[in-house]
Amino acid sequence: MSDGDDAPARELKVVGQRPVRPDGADKVTGRAMFGADFRLPGMLAGRVKRSPHPHARIVSIDTTAAAALPGVKAIVTGADFDLAAAGKIEAGESATDVKSVSINCMAHEKALYQGHAVAAVAATSAEIADEALDLIEVTYEVLPHVIDVEDAMKDGAPLLYPDMITTGESPAPTEPSNIASKMVAGCGDVKGAMERADIVVEGRYRTAAVHQGYIEPHACVASWGADGQAVVWASTQGQFLVRALTAKICNMPLSDLKVIPSEIGGGFGGKTTVYLEPVALTLSRKCGRPVKLVMSREEVFIASGPTSGSVIDVKLGAMKDGTIIAAEATLAYQAGAFPGSPVNLGCMTAFACYDIENVGLVGYDVVSNRPKVAAYRAPGAPMAAFAVESAIDELALKLNMDPIDLRLKNAVREGAKAVYGATLKSIGFVETLEAVKAHPNYTTPPAPGVTRGVAAGFWFNIGGESSASVHVDEDGGVTVVSANPDIGGSRASMVMMAAEVIGVPVEHVRGIVADTASIGFSSTTGGSRVTFATGMAVVQAAERIVEDLKLRAAKTWDCDVSQVDWKEGRALCLDPSKDVQPLDLRSIAGKSARTGGPIGAEVSLNAQGAAPGFGVHVCDLKVDPETGQTTIVKYTAAQDVGRAIHPSYVEGQLQGGAAQGVGWALNEEYVYGPNGTLENASFLDYRMPVASDLPMIDTILVESRPNPRHPFGVKGVGEVPIVPPLAAVANAISRITNKRMTSLPLSPMKVLDALSGD
Amino acid sequence: MSRIRIATTVNGEPVEFLGGGSQSLLDALRDELGLTGSKEGCGTGDCGACSVMVDGRLVCSCLMLAPEAEGRRIETIEGMAENGELHPLQTSFLDEAALQCGFCTPGLLIAAKALLDRNPDPTETEVRYWLAGNVCRCTGYDKVVRAVMSAAATMRQAPKATEAVT
Amino acid sequence: MRSAEYFAPASVSEAVALLAQAGEAGRPLAGGTDLIVQMRGGRAKPAVIVDLKHIPELIGIREEAGGFLIGAATSAAELGEHEALSRAWPGVVEAANLIGSTQVQGRASLGGNLCNASPAADSVPAMVAAGATCIIEGPRGRRDLPVEAVQAGPGKTNLAPDEIIVAFRLPPRPARSGDAYLRLIPRTEMDIAVVGAGVNLTLDTEGTCIAARVSVGAVAPTTLLVEGAGAALVGSKLNEEALAGMESAIAAACRPISDKRGTADYRTRTACVLARRATLIARERAE
Repeated sequence: MSDGDDAPARELKVVGQRPVRPDGADKVTGRAMFGADFRLPGMLAGRVKRSPHPHARIVSIDTTAAAALPGVKAIVTGADFDLAAAGKIEAGESATDVKSVSINCMAHEKALYQGHAVAAVAATSAEIADEALDLIEVTYEVLPHVIDVEDAMKDGAPLLYPDMITTGESPAPTEPSNIASKMVAGCGDVKGAMERADIVVEGRYRTAAVHQGYIEPHACVASWGADGQAVVWASTQGQFLVRALTAKICNMPLSDLKVIPSEIGGGFGGKTTVYLEPVALTLSRKCGRPVKLVMSREEVFIASGPTSGSVIDVKLGAMKDGTIIAAEATLAYQAGAFPGSPVNLGCMTAFACYDIENVGLVGYDVVSNRPKVAAYRAPGAPMAAFAVESAIDELALKLNMDPIDLRLKNAVREGAKAVYGATLKSIGFVETLEAVKAHPNYTTPPAPGVTRGVAAGFWFNIGGESSASVHVDEDGGVTVVSANPDIGGSRASMVMMAAEVIGVPVEHVRGIVADTASIGFSSTTGGSRVTFATGMAVVQAAERIVEDLKLRAAKTWDCDVSQVDWKEGRALCLDPSKDVQPLDLRSIAGKSARTGGPIGAEVSLNAQGAAPGFGVHVCDLKVDPETGQTTIVKYTAAQDVGRAIHPSYVEGQLQGGAAQGVGWALNEEYVYGPNGTLENASFLDYRMPVASDLPMIDTILVESRPNPRHPFGVKGVGEVPIVPPLAAVANAISRITNKRMTSLPLSPMKVLDALSGD
Repeated sequence: MSRIRIATTVNGEPVEFLGGGSQSLLDALRDELGLTGSKEGCGTGDCGACSVMVDGRLVCSCLMLAPEAEGRRIETIEGMAENGELHPLQTSFLDEAALQCGFCTPGLLIAAKALLDRNPDPTETEVRYWLAGNVCRCTGYDKVVRAVMSAAATMRQAPKATEAVT
Repeated sequence: MRSAEYFAPASVSEAVALLAQAGEAGRPLAGGTDLIVQMRGGRAKPAVIVDLKHIPELIGIREEAGGFLIGAATSAAELGEHEALSRAWPGVVEAANLIGSTQVQGRASLGGNLCNASPAADSVPAMVAAGATCIIEGPRGRRDLPVEAVQAGPGKTNLAPDEIIVAFRLPPRPARSGDAYLRLIPRTEMDIAVVGAGVNLTLDTEGTCIAARVSVGAVAPTTLLVEGAGAALVGSKLNEEALAGMESAIAAACRPISDKRGTADYRTRTACVLARRATLIARERAE
């Protein structure tokens, strides 16, 4: 099996090529079915009533008038959800607290943010459902609210949970607060090293809450059967996660719920939880008819996960030659209305690019009256990297060092021990820095009036549980079944790896994403794990198929299997005493009934050995000195990718992540009014980059350090690219304003203020 | 709830359906006609995922009422490939890997076709500004812009090839 | 959204009668790029929608006595495709073509942009600078109003609910005239103006400015015609002093709010920058 330490040197025929993705034609013709595209006979339209207040006690909910409206078939409120079914499940990148997910789906006792669901209706038409929502009378006792993390941490701040005592603080505080937890990590003697340092830079950095911004709103259809068995169609990054959360929230056995994933219109981490599914299923259970729930864009903004805004203090101590000897950071992240920000991941990644002897990290997970944060591409890392990479840029300026040379001086190298305990293996940070340094985009100085910012980023990448099966049809066609929704072309990677192993043209391989009843458990599409971990399952299943095909050839030829080789999709007989022609896949498959029956293999594994990834981005930009508007003129993203299975989709990950990071840096933010409501819950005012905002994004795929723990050398690539851009943009602007830009987004107003010395 | 009979042409076919006075053309296409290739990303004309052509003009179908379609000629993504043959833009999007999740793709293709129908040789800047109303969150637009430019080049070549044959 | 009754009258009188009958529950529909968004968000709940696009007078561009008559429901895209109009009034046309995306321009109209009465409406400063007037019709007959007199405040106009704008009249263009419109947004497209500035001017053969109208948007509850700004330019060769005078007049006239799109201070400051830049473009076009 190929989970060994030695990546076999293979001559690759398919891996590294750029074939058309297997689901491509459906997606360019409108045939692909996304979350809102499903219809069932008798299906009802669901609508969710949401709190207009950021913080309020729900005194009463009167549904009488709504229930009396003709066409209304079911109404649910928090009373329909049994919180006793709560517990914790391990899912995705962190443990999920089911009780808080349930309360987030439907409020109990209190509305904790504007947009928090308080009731839902299913009716024979959307218009009737809308009308019914207006007839539901909710009496609120409005409570004082708190939005920003610094305000929420203050003494006397309005408390979301009057009994919440900070965990991780020792001794434990005696008073409740909005700080859910504190984490501390580090090594060495930071204080002593800081005192020894020739030069110290420090600053306070702030980032705004930003949304993942997938274009497809959350959508699902739920259908409860008379026998208690149910089906949910959902746009999700993880059908097994939807099954686990929905079944637990609805208090039913997992085996009674089948979740069928639709095509998914973007997720970026934001579709790794449930919002609608338990509500739709509970509505369906009440009326016995299928119910569709689709969020509006406004609902997506106010009620689904953005990622944390943050406040980060960072301090670096370095010697004159650029060696960083001490680093410390205190990170406070918004969790939204329930504990669980990615501050722990922020702490773990903050200094992960650098080999620093003395490190101190403190993290605070802080609740406030905002929607609960959800994972967003490298959760927690971009904010920390913004602070740290800005500080490193400041250090480079003060030391008059090239920003890449300074990073090379301190870069983690093979075998370095990360602050979070791991020993970093087969890492290519140095190679990535060197690749950028040698690239024409870096060796050519920026044009007049243009400045250049450089920043680096780290992400762990994970492996984890995956299942895959491979079947050979009677005519030699191959089907690869896995369970990871394809958000960016992963089906292409799956069929390519199978085609490579079996030795057939990639066009002969179909890629299927299966429902929860049709394949073994698989963790969510997330953590940059799919091409690595699910890919490993696909490769192993394909290898079993090859072994089986060899056996069948041996049977046909009546020789020992050791005398059969498999090359280029054909069995070759090595026994010189046999005068036989090679057998191709088609001829073996056609006779499978006679050689042992159907040809298929399923592999379930828990993939270990995911290698971390590193990115280095270079941003060239100019600023309008009279308006503060920023124009990105050139952008380069380099990354340690292990090996690219389908280079176009790997480049696409780098380009897409960079674009999201640029949006985060320049314009995106959650803007709250004094009444605690979101003022820009639309694509018009939540300004994600449009085509005219960006230049081409040049990519450098560094493939000199393939991951030896994957049969083809794969490292995760999806998340790293959003880590460096925030600082890459800010560092470039700082070099124009001659003032460290510490607060995102860098709107024209802020940049003009900095230029004016305000 | 008043429903009106609406007669229109969709992808060359005459169709009739019952629509509401406040119903968007997008909802009518999706819910009454089963044409779910046009997507709703925002419902407010800010993302372009619902782009269709109406009487040869590019519009957001979420920003048009279904009754306004009466007597008009509507073209949607479902009609872009002809007789099962992909349009050069569709082929180019596949070849250039210009889609990741694919949700914004139908709208992008309709908008790009509208551009190339009036400007067969657009500059990169023209492509970027024309497509500014089609938000894509996955690709960073790089491969999308390349795919449109490459399809434009193919289409500029194509008539010559036809001439050579005839 | 709730279902409304939809009407597509073929004449102005019919449309006006429908609106008069519907009263507050009626809304005229031109391009729909504001109305349908408002309906979707629950901010408008009309029971009667009167589609104006089947009325011949409201659609199309006609040259008239050296000027232009533009049907109020004509799409911005059609304006951009009209060569004579684009040549004569490039500022008006570019302003109309900044309203939203290509898709939105296929529907959005001057009439709708004005009657939506957003202080940030892109086409309005350009039309005010151009000296455009509108022809308004209601049950009590027709009247003309300069564009700057239509907006009454955010979301409010001086039209009665049963009145509609039929067409806009752009005056004949004197020789050596030029106009320009610039707006500031954080992105390059798809935003509501943080500020907008329209300038329309005429030069004599010596290059001296003999007429100028300057209008700024998103810096007050309605689009402003800043007469002092135009006056500062007239009589000058648009030198630094005149431009500075114009900027002072604008700064004095601005009464912006601070909101999610920009602070008051930033708006005033950049309104001056944009007006200056628009002036220089208008001059280039006039020369």
